[in-house]
Amino acid sequence: MNTSALLLAGSLAVPLLGAIAALLVRGRAGTVVASTAAVLTLLLTVPLILDRGIARPVGRSSALWHEVDWAWVPDLHLNLHLGVDGISYPLVVLTALLTVLCCGYLVWQRPERAHQLAALLLVIEVGILGTFLAQNLVLFFLAFEVVLLPMAAVIAGWGGPARRAAALKFALYTLAGSVLLLIGVVAVVTQTGTADIGVLTADSGRLSHDAQLWIFGLFAVAFAIKSPLWPLHTWLPDAHTEAPTVGSVILAGVLLKMGTYGLIRVGVGITPEGAAAFAPALGVLAVAAIIIGSLVCLSQVEVKRLIAYSSVGHMGFVLLGIATLNEIGLQAALIGNIAHGLLTGLLFFLAGAIKDRAHTGLLADLGGLRERQPWLAGVLGFAALGSLGLPGLAGFWGEAFAVVAAVRRDGTLWTVLAVLAAIGGALTAAYLLRLLRRVSHGPQAATLVGAPEARLPELVAWSPLVALALLLGVLPMLVLGLSAGAVAALTTGPMTP
Amino acid sequence: MIATLVLAPLVCGLAGLLLPMRNRPLGAGLGIAGAAVSLVLTVLLLAVGTRGQFSSTWARFGDLGVTLTALVDTRALLMSLAVTVVALCVQVYSVGYLAGDGRYGPYAAQISIFTGAMLTVVFSGDLISLLIGWEVMGACSYLLIAHDRTLPEAPAAAVKAFLVTRVGDVGFLLGIVLLGVTAGSFRITDVLAAVPSMSGATVTAAALLLLAGVAGKSAQFPLHTWLPDAMAGPTPISALIHAATMVAAGVYVVARLFPVFAASPTALAVMAAMAGVTLLLGALAATAADDIKRVLAWSTVSQLGYMMAALSAKAVDAALFHLLAHAAFKALLFLCAGSVIHAVGSNLMSRMGGLRKDMPVTFWTMTIGLGALIGLPPFTGFFSKEAVVGALHTQPALWLVALLGVALTAWYSTRLWLLTFFGPARDASVHGHEPGWTMLAPLLLLAVPAAGLGIGALVADYELAHLGVELVLPLALAVLGVAAAWWGWRRADSGDPAAVLGKAGPFLASGLGLDTVQDRLVVRPVRALSRAVTFVDVSGVDGAVNGLGRATTGAGAGLAAWHRATLPRALAGVLIGAVLVTVTAVVFA
Repeated sequence: MNTSALLLAGSLAVPLLGAIAALLVRGRAGTVVASTAAVLTLLLTVPLILDRGIARPVGRSSALWHEVDWAWVPDLHLNLHLGVDGISYPLVVLTALLTVLCCGYLVWQRPERAHQLAALLLVIEVGILGTFLAQNLVLFFLAFEVVLLPMAAVIAGWGGPARRAAALKFALYTLAGSVLLLIGVVAVVTQTGTADIGVLTADSGRLSHDAQLWIFGLFAVAFAIKSPLWPLHTWLPDAHTEAPTVGSVILAGVLLKMGTYGLIRVGVGITPEGAAAFAPALGVLAVAAIIIGSLVCLSQVEVKRLIAYSSVGHMGFVLLGIATLNEIGLQAALIGNIAHGLLTGLLFFLAGAIKDRAHTGLLADLGGLRERQPWLAGVLGFAALGSLGLPGLAGFWGEAFAVVAAVRRDGTLWTVLAVLAAIGGALTAAYLLRLLRRVSHGPQAATLVGAPEARLPELVAWSPLVALALLLGVLPMLVLGLSAGAVAALTTGPMTP
Repeated sequence: MIATLVLAPLVCGLAGLLLPMRNRPLGAGLGIAGAAVSLVLTVLLLAVGTRGQFSSTWARFGDLGVTLTALVDTRALLMSLAVTVVALCVQVYSVGYLAGDGRYGPYAAQISIFTGAMLTVVFSGDLISLLIGWEVMGACSYLLIAHDRTLPEAPAAAVKAFLVTRVGDVGFLLGIVLLGVTAGSFRITDVLAAVPSMSGATVTAAALLLLAGVAGKSAQFPLHTWLPDAMAGPTPISALIHAATMVAAGVYVVARLFPVFAASPTALAVMAAMAGVTLLLGALAATAADDIKRVLAWSTVSQLGYMMAALSAKAVDAALFHLLAHAAFKALLFLCAGSVIHAVGSNLMSRMGGLRKDMPVTFWTMTIGLGALIGLPPFTGFFSKEAVVGALHTQPALWLVALLGVALTAWYSTRLWLLTFFGPARDASVHGHEPGWTMLAPLLLLAVPAAGLGIGALVADYELAHLGVELVLPLALAVLGVAAAWWGWRRADSGDPAAVLGKAGPFLASGLGLDTVQDRLVVRPVRALSRAVTFVDVSGVDGAVNGLGRATTGAGAGLAAWHRATLPRALAGVLIGAVLVTVTAVVFA
């Protein structure tokens, strides 16, 4: 077995085995085992950037850095075909990193049945990594589905008071999307006779124009639910509000990215003519998400719900970037994905820390955090400034260049969309500053009297996110440089407006 | 070298944020070191005569590149000199002014980051890096306004400052994007080279959009409302950010991108109107305020109006001359005001008076600063303001407004001077005393350019600093303003010349009620919209989802109940089904 196969298969096998081991070992030791598996997985994914080979893109299909292709169930066109390129690599590493942080956080926080929770996180990791690494459409669908039930279990098992309803809504809503995805996948495979994403992307003419239209429609709805795109977003606030901290971090940090990634890799990749036809509608909905998400945030009264709705707005920028279908927009979407994962992950960690201390998430009952918890308030301030797209931090590039991409598309519609998106940026600042004012400023709230300052394990969990948000803000090429070739290949050909 | 110049304060600032908060010596040391390194490097660059453009690729989005470009010219270096001198003064001054502050480390660090961001704007040769510096400055301004935890109004003022400027920055971002996409590059030299080939509509749109951002940052009507409230920040911050540097950044950026504005007569006309309104509005509001810092803040609004007026008349050098002069004397004035506030324990002039004897250094340096603000010879403001007013001859309306402004400026400056330093002490519990050397040294240092920059320019034969007959009219108006204030001060029972304003006083002091207008026209509608959208989202969109869920559950339950039928009904059902199938088969066969 060569190195590529070892790294790719290992990054799925290790967390899976880790999950089983954690359940067998049980107790705190089980959580430690799970964390070790998560660290090993991170160590397996990071070196994927090395020894990238010099393969050139084949048509619109990007050159994979590493690839392994084993037959699994040939009758179903299901191969264990894994590969990584510049579009998926940053997301793969982000997933592995957030899982490490979450498992480590559980070792320190010790909730009930922590080893089970950690095991579920590892299973979720298998699904998410599988989605990002799959080069086979059927495998992609399977991995996409693997995530669903463990996540619902995380919400239902460790969530807040209304956890069961939230978990059920999450499961049913995203399952509805999955059905559409399944129909799309089956349609593609039966019409073309192959499930190889690379082949399908390189030669999208295998699908007729009409087929591309309706299949993209199915894909778009499925991925829009996951992303989520307004108006298919309403499972998200409930899920986030009820989910435990680590659940929210994974959910916002990487799970939503499966939707946007799928839209780029599968939607734009396999059905480019459908993407081109639906692009204006997608753009309008994306901007609606930005504006509506921000306005809704302005009148939220609960901190986790507010951050959840902010994801709707932020993912709106990512979807706007995708909708422009040009190189600038797709690049903006990819870096926006990573930035949102880092900053919203951090925000949910902080929201969890605040709720653990104050035993409430209601903004009206919070205040004066900076009086006695200056470090906690400081990191919250950093995360909020990053999240509002402050230039110099990671969030800026995705949002500003989604606007650039829309202006580049030319035409009245896209200009209007660019202007509205920019206005949405100002609204984003409004609700995040409102959050800071309610939580950090003013006199100390009774709920926070005697609450501890940020502890060392917490700071250890947050600091990689803080450092990466700053690093990506200063050196965006760390992500953009990796994906440039793949995105350039993807935006040529039948989709060009 | 230029990279070190910009990065030194940024690195010191980021390091300072990680320090234990109570480590004052290290925090202050890092802050002072960052500003000092930049100052020394600026002087070196000025002396060596380094000029030119230094560029390297930073990021690529498809075919659109973002560069890290430094555009070093004399204007940039002079601006950098002003920024670093004031920043260094403020870092030193803060050591004394915030002696009892428990969070000095982050405070000094935020000033350092601000300084680095401002220097980024000053040297940036690329619109994207300029935007980054521009926004980071705004964020630091937000953080520093909210620094004082004992002031209940500080958090709201900070939010207001950030949001009002951010509204302008929507335009700024779009303007940059429009220019960048049209020119195919964000590098300023490329953009300016492409301006002649752009359509008139594009240039006008870009210029107006940029102007929105400039209006926010440089506190121009109607986006000026945040600046007086920003005085809730510590006084050294008001001196550095809200008087000398950040608020001047808008003027500087217009100068830097002037070909864009010059190519659009519409944009220049809008700029002229905006400048005229701002100039007069600021001066009028300054006449009645009781808070010494608010008087100075309104005066900043008004002086920024002068700079924009000069720009609208294409007198770029006059605008920048006044910008530099203003940076010196307004920073000095704020630091003097800080010294007074430090002694009195209040911002209100109605609690001051008679401080001349106890605070001689503060008195004399502030006198120099006010002389410069009024435009009295031989102080710097005399030459710079004359350069601006002189440039407005081509636009009679704006010229008259500027002259009126000169008289008003003289009036409110004299009022401030008299109320603070003359007459009897209004509050017996106040004992004026000079502050320590860390606060006095910056006053003395800044008094030098406030007093002598104009003379220096005259001696150096700089074309904008000159003496001639046309100086008589503004000077006469200034003297008239001073005399009127003095006369009012002698006559009024309260000892406040503003008594002559009568009932108009409070209205003027409130900034002509524009805060209320902003609240009614923008803040409340947005809040109402937010509530409405939330309602629709929760009851409409999510309601539909939940309704679908309930309907499905209900249908399922109904179907299940129907299936739990008794045997006769079930038998009847089967029979009816069989009949239906048969009939269908017969009909379609």
